[in-house]
Amino acid sequence: MKYSDRLFLSGNEAIALAARNAGVALGTGYPGTPSTQILEEFARLGGKAQWAPNEKAALEVAVGAAYAGASAIVTMKHVGLNVAADPLFTVAYTGVSGALVIVCADDPGMHSSQNEQDSRNYAVAAGVPMLEPSDSQEAYDFFAAALDLSRKWQTPVLLRVTTRICHSKTIVRPKWLFPEPITPHFERDIRGRVMIPGYARPAHRRLRKKLADIAEWGESCDLNRREEGSRALGIIASGVTYQHAREAAPDASFLKLGLTYPLPFGLIREFASSCDRVMVLEEGDPYLADAIRANGLKVEAKPPQFRFGEMNVDRVRRILVGDQSEEPPPPAGKPPELCKACPYRPVYSVLHRLDCIVTGDIGCYTLGVMPPYEAIDTCLCMGAGITVGLGLRHVLPPDQARRVVSIIGDSTFMHTGLTGIEEMVYNPPPTGHVVIVLDNGTTAMTGQQEHPGTGRTLSHERAPRIVIEEVVAALGVKNVHVIDPSRDSAGFERLLTESLSKSETTVIVARHICILAAGNISEYEKAIAQCEAVRSADLAEAR
Amino acid sequence: MGNKVINILMAGLGGQGVITASDIVADAAFRMGRDVKKSEVHGMSQRNGSVTSEVRVGDAVLSPLIPRGEADILVSVAEDQTDLHRYMLRPGGIVIAPSNLDGVKLPHTKTLNTALLGVLSRHLDWPEDIWIEALLARLPENLHDINLQAFALGRKEG
Ligand SMILES: Cc1ncc(C[n+]2csc(CCOP(=O)(O)OP(=O)(O)O)c2C)c(N)n1
Repeated sequence: MKYSDRLFLSGNEAIALAARNAGVALGTGYPGTPSTQILEEFARLGGKAQWAPNEKAALEVAVGAAYAGASAIVTMKHVGLNVAADPLFTVAYTGVSGALVIVCADDPGMHSSQNEQDSRNYAVAAGVPMLEPSDSQEAYDFFAAALDLSRKWQTPVLLRVTTRICHSKTIVRPKWLFPEPITPHFERDIRGRVMIPGYARPAHRRLRKKLADIAEWGESCDLNRREEGSRALGIIASGVTYQHAREAAPDASFLKLGLTYPLPFGLIREFASSCDRVMVLEEGDPYLADAIRANGLKVEAKPPQFRFGEMNVDRVRRILVGDQSEEPPPPAGKPPELCKACPYRPVYSVLHRLDCIVTGDIGCYTLGVMPPYEAIDTCLCMGAGITVGLGLRHVLPPDQARRVVSIIGDSTFMHTGLTGIEEMVYNPPPTGHVVIVLDNGTTAMTGQQEHPGTGRTLSHERAPRIVIEEVVAALGVKNVHVIDPSRDSAGFERLLTESLSKSETTVIVARHICILAAGNISEYEKAIAQCEAVRSADLAEAR
Repeated sequence: MGNKVINILMAGLGGQGVITASDIVADAAFRMGRDVKKSEVHGMSQRNGSVTSEVRVGDAVLSPLIPRGEADILVSVAEDQTDLHRYMLRPGGIVIAPSNLDGVKLPHTKTLNTALLGVLSRHLDWPEDIWIEALLARLPENLHDINLQAFALGRKEG
């Protein structure tokens, strides 16, 4: 292998390269902008990577690998960490034997997300150390550092990145990593791994002790850095905000934080006392500012208006001069829309025409909310399309309840739609319910990733396929139909009208391959068929 | 400071090759040994919506985002997106748009992005062979010929 010493990489590519060079044994996760390319790139570089049905499953699989002594990476977008929060809080107690790095990608400004939550709060809430890189070089270096930290203290580590880290390309000089390979093995540790109350109580105490030790180590570790400048202004910053601030205030002194939980309060105190004015600059929640002030230090924080949206050089300049006037709005570009030939279009025409109350979900199909259809009434989080619809059905008067339809994409169905189907079968509303699964055979929204329903792995090789209509029938849904609304839109309308008039549970699988993905999918299938032909020829010869 | 950073903003609509074009610009800068940062947003916006990509080149580049009013050059692949992004230009900044190629017959409409790079190449003192190297590295082989043609046409106009 040729080892390049100067590369131009996105943060996502840099993390993948570091994971590969550091001998990560397993990469798992669920797609989500801006985190998606990490696992795809890790697989391309030869790493073992797989899409899980959702982030909770992904984190748990990675925990298992790390219990066995291996190094594991798990990737997700910020809202994915909400789904994975349950295992997160308790794996902080159990710790790991190997190394576990959770890469969580926030999306300040909501370029492609439903909220702009600041996942740094999770590090504090769960008690998990957190690193924040400020460019691709640091994405590489900090991933390696996170693995070391994880292995040394036997704790999961959060690598918190944002859109401008993941999707910006900067120059990387990759450090040589390639540690001695590790052979995973199981070592029994019942008291350490089985979190019944009697074992969890001491585990919580161990966690706090560990965090105190890491805090002490953090005071002098090279993840945090002081940059001497003018004493008139000292800036404390982390992540991409550091880069914006460095450009906006070239003469200031800086305390650049890489380890942002636990925070090095000694270092911060020393820095603060060395400058006349100290400003904390950060994107999103006043996480750093609140923590530093709670520690009794006098620092300035950004005004509340800068809590919204991304940080940039202009905003830092405004903050530094105390300009709180209204910011010029960004130009209204052309919004995204459903592709002209999107197979979802006929579905939305019908939903619009029948004046359905549509509880929607998240994916390309959410674009059905745009004119001319405006055919989505709710969109909360992945999986909620089915369950919110059920809640409406339970309490609305029957004439309105009968208009409620849940829609959900195929990848979303695999993610958290199955629990909604269980809920529907177990607690059916008096008017029954109708769920439409928009099955375009891919995770279109995030760039065409595979999922358990496509029959192909992350790397597009053959995998067992979970068939939606078989699963819902097995779960006990009364009526199950499969139809292609773009072939037979009248038939689809009839079927939907009929289903809405029944007081029974119905799932309609509306199936048509995504037009953007169709070419790629047929290539994957061709390659698989070729492989299989070669294999059966080999077998025949062997016989 | 002696650290002049060149800021190039590229704009257009999903599917027009804005990101590919910015990849080529950044790759060329990278090949010259310059510091370079490039930023864009993926995902939702690519469904036919507005797309922008920003490339910053210099001795040392800090923020990956061009500050408002500091873009030296705006390359707009869609005429109707040009005005939208003008506010990002510095006074005296340059606009490169499809109208720069009026009357030029491109080998394929899809090569508009590389033709505009040809125009752009005239405004930067980067060697032509670096541009060609970057172009070949960033495009699939079956598209090399028409894109080289488009680039040359743009470079002649520029
Ligand atoms: C918890 C969570 N994880 C990931 C995402 C990112 N995301 C949004 S929609 C989606 C899947 C869309 O796929 P599908 O349901 O098949 O619909 P399509 O885009 O193909 O129409 C993903 C992964 C998210 N919003 N929330």
